[in-house]
Amino acid sequence: MTAAPIEQAAPVVAQPMRETFTDHVSAALDADPRLAVVLADISSDRFAAAARRHPDRVVNLGIREQLMIGVAGGLALTGMRPVVHTFAPFLVERPFEQVKLDLGHQGAGAVLVSSGASYDGSYYGRTHMAPGDVAVLDSLPDWTVHVPGHAAEVVPLLDSALRQDGNVYIRLSERGNAAARPVGPGLEIVRSGSGRSSGVVVAVGPMLDRVLAATADLDVTVAYAATVRPFDRDGLSRLAAGAGQADVLVVEPYLEGTSAHEVAAALGDRRHRQCSLGVRRDTEVRGYGTPADHDRAHGLDTAGIAARARDFFLV
Amino acid sequence: MTTAPPLTRYADLPALIGLMTGDEKHQIAAESTREVLWVLYDRVLDVSPETADDPDRDRFLLSKGHGPMPYYAVLAAKGFIDLATLRNWAEFDSPLGHHPDRVLVPGVEISSGSLGHGLGLGVGTAMGLRAQGRTRPRVFVLLGDGELDEGSNHEAIAAAGRLGLDNLTAVVVDNDSATHGWPGGIGGRFAQEGWEARSAPGRDQPALYDALTDPHPGRPLAVVARVRPKG
Repeated sequence: MTAAPIEQAAPVVAQPMRETFTDHVSAALDADPRLAVVLADISSDRFAAAARRHPDRVVNLGIREQLMIGVAGGLALTGMRPVVHTFAPFLVERPFEQVKLDLGHQGAGAVLVSSGASYDGSYYGRTHMAPGDVAVLDSLPDWTVHVPGHAAEVVPLLDSALRQDGNVYIRLSERGNAAARPVGPGLEIVRSGSGRSSGVVVAVGPMLDRVLAATADLDVTVAYAATVRPFDRDGLSRLAAGAGQADVLVVEPYLEGTSAHEVAAALGDRRHRQCSLGVRRDTEVRGYGTPADHDRAHGLDTAGIAARARDFFLV
Repeated sequence: MTTAPPLTRYADLPALIGLMTGDEKHQIAAESTREVLWVLYDRVLDVSPETADDPDRDRFLLSKGHGPMPYYAVLAAKGFIDLATLRNWAEFDSPLGHHPDRVLVPGVEISSGSLGHGLGLGVGTAMGLRAQGRTRPRVFVLLGDGELDEGSNHEAIAAAGRLGLDNLTAVVVDNDSATHGWPGGIGGRFAQEGWEARSAPGRDQPALYDALTDPHPGRPLAVVARVRPKG
């Protein structure tokens, strides 16, 4: 194995995504009478002014997460567009049967906006971590899942979610990239490899800057995804076809392998290799500390990604 | 040639239920809801096949989705479902199964089956109507006393009471099937949270009608309909 050079670690940039979300939706409530916000105490202070203007459309139910999703389903059945928000584990995992039955199964749609990501609140411990949120939602059909990597990406993603009627999950984080990227439905090429390149790296949301730094000395194409469901299978297929090898590394900020089945489906017509990086699923990392500590524990810091990218591509 | 009279009366419900077979397990639960369903659709709810998509219709949400035969029978008697549909119920391509599916059956407001989902959906529906200034339509949710074991109901009961959702009525058909019972009574659970709570004999149609329709300004209404305990 080639000795890995010491990488210049990419800084993780603080992102005011939650503020961007609450400010933008508060303003949108004034313009769109169809919108409603459903809360379970979390962030209710940030919606206080909007609640005074729209007491029937900004509702804090108290710490009642099952009801939060049920109410969203009922609101949608009357033709409204509910936006539901709390920390990721309490939005997706705790009321998962309501997400499954009170939304999709009813033919009702809502916009679920979480904060906290996999371990933004690392010091709170495991109860406030939700690395499995996207994987759990991925067991249901017809969900759109956005994972913005910069606060400025939140507004266009929100606007598209508020305009439609389907089920949308927007996974906010306090940590991300130095610059915003375009957030279309497909993979966005950030760095192109040569025709003889080692393959393709897909960086999801907040992982991009780290992936760019970690793969700086590799001949690979790096593509960015702020939308992971539906997954851009056609885009990945084209990128892999243009690379020297159909080898794909996916770096996701949540449970490792969450999108492995999408990669397999995208490349099912050819021989290929794939590798998944993300929050480890073989063990519970039982630690507090900082999010950076958890990046290292999961191999999601620049050095960890660089080492595993080399292992995968330089065979 | 004479045409058979349409089956549209209360007295026709047994015949309509007879068109469906094979639901032995839920027979008793099914029977417990017959009069409540009839009173609602015959005298209380302002909804018909023609207004099934009208935003100002009354809504009926069957939360206790098991034992749906009387529900299907009432919907058939009121013209929401073709009689022929009843005959092949629970077959693969029938819209009618052992738990109702709103996507498949016109007039069915929610898909239910897993207990404890209807009241939360009903609270959201009542809130959505209120937020849109639709003051006329009412929302009725039918639950079972056993179903109240599910904690999700208690999130909904507390919030609906505090929010003063007076366009919402919960009908709890009480056949004493909750394993650990409700000491002090079911109505008290609702009253404590700010609901108007009433009870009525579950087979007494005039009493049910009064309980369901007497005004309850500023507060949601809970009607406990008592029927013979599940044997």
